[in-house]
This record gives sequence, structure tokens and C-alpha cells, in this order.
Amino acid sequence: MPHSHRLRIQNDINTDYVISGRYKFKIQDMKELSKHIFEDIEEGFAAKIKPGDFLVAGGNFGCGSSREQAPAALKASGLCAVIAKSFARIFYRNAFNVGLCLVECETNYIDDMDELELDLDENILKNLTKGVNIEIKPVPGIMRKFLDSGGVIEYFKEHGGFEDVV
Amino acid sequence: MRQTIAEKILSEHSGRNAKAGDNVIADVDFCFGQDGTSGMIIDSFRKMGAENVSNKDKYCMVLDHSCPSPNIGVSTIHNKIRDFAREQNVKVFDVGQGVCHQLVPENGFIACGDLVLGADSHTCTYGAINIFSTGVGSTDLAITLVSGKNWFMVPETIKIVAGGELPKGVYSKDVILKIIGDIGADGATYKAVEFYGKVINRLSVDARFTISNMAVEMGAKCGLMAADKKVVDWVKKHSVRDPKPVEADDDARYEEVREYDFTDLSPQIAKPHTVDNVCDVEEVEGTSISAVSIGTCTNGRLEDLEIAAKILKGRKVARDVKLIITPASKKIYLDAVKKGYVETFITSGAIVNNPGCGPCVGTHQGVLADGENALSTANRNFKGRMGNPNSNIYLASPATAAATALEGEIADPREHKRRLA
Repeated sequence: MPHSHRLRIQNDINTDYVISGRYKFKIQDMKELSKHIFEDIEEGFAAKIKPGDFLVAGGNFGCGSSREQAPAALKASGLCAVIAKSFARIFYRNAFNVGLCLVECETNYIDDMDELELDLDENILKNLTKGVNIEIKPVPGIMRKFLDSGGVIEYFKEHGGFEDVV
Repeated sequence: MRQTIAEKILSEHSGRNAKAGDNVIADVDFCFGQDGTSGMIIDSFRKMGAENVSNKDKYCMVLDHSCPSPNIGVSTIHNKIRDFAREQNVKVFDVGQGVCHQLVPENGFIACGDLVLGADSHTCTYGAINIFSTGVGSTDLAITLVSGKNWFMVPETIKIVAGGELPKGVYSKDVILKIIGDIGADGATYKAVEFYGKVINRLSVDARFTISNMAVEMGAKCGLMAADKKVVDWVKKHSVRDPKPVEADDDARYEEVREYDFTDLSPQIAKPHTVDNVCDVEEVEGTSISAVSIGTCTNGRLEDLEIAAKILKGRKVARDVKLIITPASKKIYLDAVKKGYVETFITSGAIVNNPGCGPCVGTHQGVLADGENALSTANRNFKGRMGNPNSNIYLASPATAAATALEGEIADPREHKRRLA
């Protein structure tokens, strides 16, 4: 069952912390890049993630630089979604554009290594360890479309533009 | 119509009556990428199956973040960008030309009333010249490259009125640091900010860029200013296109209005490791500093170099301090040579880098040591930003940076008052 992972720092996790400029400028392979996520604030964090796991954080996740390597490396690390109280704007678009799901909700009651299950249709995040259901903010329709297509490029290619969703 | 500047520009570019909260598809006047984002732009462009850039005159790439290349990985990306530019016959500013956020306005690609996208978060800089400009990721940029358009959520707007008169030794950088300290790193997320007031009116266009540049540090989508005579003259001097100034309606609907009186403002410092961790210089005066950086898209313009040169003239940088100065463009560099600033810098003991982003992104040209304290005129002080997670970065104005370099500890530039304009 997928687990949650929490960083020691909770709020204002910027995209430099997700992936340092030291690596993003020279590594083009996302799988390789994903080995270095969060290295500057918590060494060894990437190695804990198993496919399908969740990253859980506080407010303003993804602030700072526009680097798309940040959500792309998170996705390549195996994470299925990032759960946070709020997200910064550019990161929010970038994540759905590359097919990484972001979920906004109260995260105070999720501990590190809790078992989680996400239901985007019912807008519920189930914390199986604690036996509670957390209500999530519905993913905006346009973002859900990108996610279901596997990313914005796939959506754009299928539909020839955004006229169907805007 | 009760529209803000953001609502008006997005209405004009989408052909709809856009109001906050709407999603619109809008035509983009200009877009660009830099060397940290263009590799992925090219990948996304290919993935879309596109053969040609939609409008070659409305796009450029700038090699600025890591230039000249410090390692093989970056050299490979730089060549990938050059190859793409040749293949598509699009403009590339190669290493040493300057920072994208100086080159794009300086070369006249953009004008008041435009809608501009950049694959760099500080694209909000051009709000200072009345442009709705915002940062996006590489894939969003590639979509615009292929289609000439993108989709936008029309933002709510916060209005900030900067009243009073700035004291000597206090600058636009101090104004924006103070505001970010108050609003917080996420206080304007998803929103536009409009800046007004006597303080703004008196600033040069160079100094206004500093304020709009940092709007993203409070989460904002753009940091807009009205186009007064200074702005219109500046744009006419630089741009090949006519400025189309856009004003907010008198009864525009703002989510919030914040008013300031900056008459007694002290020089401001953002302490490690967040930009909103702001205090008066008095609180941290005397903190030991061994690396000082003056430059970047925030404060690498001619006026910034002039302020630093006035303080440094005829004096020596403190022992063990590395003062690194990076002009934001080749034009600024040449002007600084002509005006004698570069000679002042070199004789004071400073190092003058080639134009570009300099040490700001931590890939080269001044990576910090373990435990080292740096003071920089850049816009970010995140842990590890200057290449070492075990170092500390303080942010301040060019005047505070120059004064600090002379002392080897954080210093108050007002002590050099007689040298300052």
C-alpha cells in the first residue's frame, strides 16, 4: 500500500529544494535527476520513495523558480501525487502539464509513513493508518483533463488546442 | 468596466471581457526561454510533433544562467540550444550577452500593453513597463511556441500604494523587500499586483524593474505598474513597436489595497533562508560577510552599478571579501566601462564577471564555502541557492552590498550618504 513521506521542512518548499540548480543544469535524464530530489534539505530522501507513494507538505509547495525539472523529477521518482495545503502558481501548472497530480487539503493529520489512498472522483484522501477520510479541494476541471490525458502535450495533441476546456 | 490592468490586457488578447477567475485563451506577443529551461522547451516542442516555431520574430533563447559553461553537461545543453536556433532560424543570445530579463526589454522585443511569457519565474520583471508578463514552465512555453497562444486564469489583483519619500541610501530594493516581508512568500499567490504611489513615480525605470522582478517572491503572477511618461519614453527609445499603455479603471475591483508610507524606511535585509524573512539593516549590522554579489536580473543595471561605484570609489574591499560584480547586459557593461565604474570596481579589489546571471544560481562564478555568509543583490536566498546548502545568503540593495564589501560585515549604506544621490 502506498505511504506518505514528509520532509523535515514543511512550508515554502521551493523548486531549488526539490531539485538543485547544480543538477538541473547538467542532467537531462529525469530518472537520473530524480535521485537528487530534496538533497540540499534532506539527504537520502529520494531513496525512501516507492512507486505510488505520496509526498505530503504544508503551504506554498513549489514556490520559486519555474524549473519544470522539479515536477518532472518528482514524477520520475515514483511519487503518484503531492498533497499540500497550497501550491505556488508556476509549479501548479507545470505539475499537471507533466502529468503529476497535486492535491490541496489540510495535511496536519497525516504523519510520515501513513498509508494513504486517493480518490479524485469522490474528492477524498483516505488515511488508512488513522482511519480517517480527508476532504480534498476538487482538482480544477482543466487540470483533471490534462492529468487524464497523461499531460498537457498529450491533451493538446488530442484536442488541437484548449477550446474544449476553457 | 471596472477592470484592473491584468483584466484589460487579458481581455485585449483573448477577445473576451475577461474578469478575475475566468479562464481565457490569449494571443502571446513574445516568449522566450533561458539555458536552464530551453533544453526542455526543445524536448516538448519535438514531443508535440511540431516542425516550425509559429512566429520566429516573437521568440528568443538566452544563454545566461550558467555561462560560459562550467561543465560538460551544461556545454551539451548550450549546443542543443544553438543547434535548435540554427535549425529554426530563431534568435539566440549566446553566452556573455546578458540576463534574459535585461536583454528582452533592452532589445525592444516588447512594449506597453503586451502579453509576454518566459520560461523563467522572474519574467514578471516587465510589469514595470506596463506589460502582463509571467513565468511558465518549459512545456507551457513550447505550447506557445507552436500555437502562438496559451490559456490563462485571469488573476485577482492586489493594489499597493507606495507613499512618502525614500530617504537617502534607501532604494527600490528596500521597498520591495519590505513589502514581501509583510505579505509573505505566498501572500499574493495566483494574483496580480499593481504598484502605485509617489515613491514609484519618482523611481527611474531601472529601479522599477527591481520591484516588479521580485513580485514572484510573494507568489504573484505579475507585478504591474502604470505607463507614465518615463515608461513610455523608455519603451519608445528601446522598442521597435509602439507602446499601448493600459490603465486600470478608476473603479477597478481590487481584492485588497495596501498603503505604505516609506518616509522612514531603513535599508532592508532578507535573512537566510527565505525571501520574506526581512528585517531592518540595524538588526543584522555587523554580521560577518565574506562574499558579496552585485548584479542579477534584480540589480545588475547601470543605475545599480553607479550606486555601488560611488560608494567604492577610492576605497578597498575588506580583506578576505570576494566582491563579485556582474553587469546584466553587454550594453550595461560597456556603459559602465565608459563611465569609469569598471575601473573603480577593479581598483577597489572587486571581480567583474562577464554579463549573465553570475553566481545567483549556484552553478559557477562564486560558489560559497561551508559556513560562509554571503550578501547578494539577487532575489533569492534559498538554502543552497549559491551552490552550497551549508552557507547563508542575505539579500539587500546594491548600496548595502557595496558598504558591506568595504567592511566585511553587514553595513548601513546611509553612512555613505554624502556619496549617494
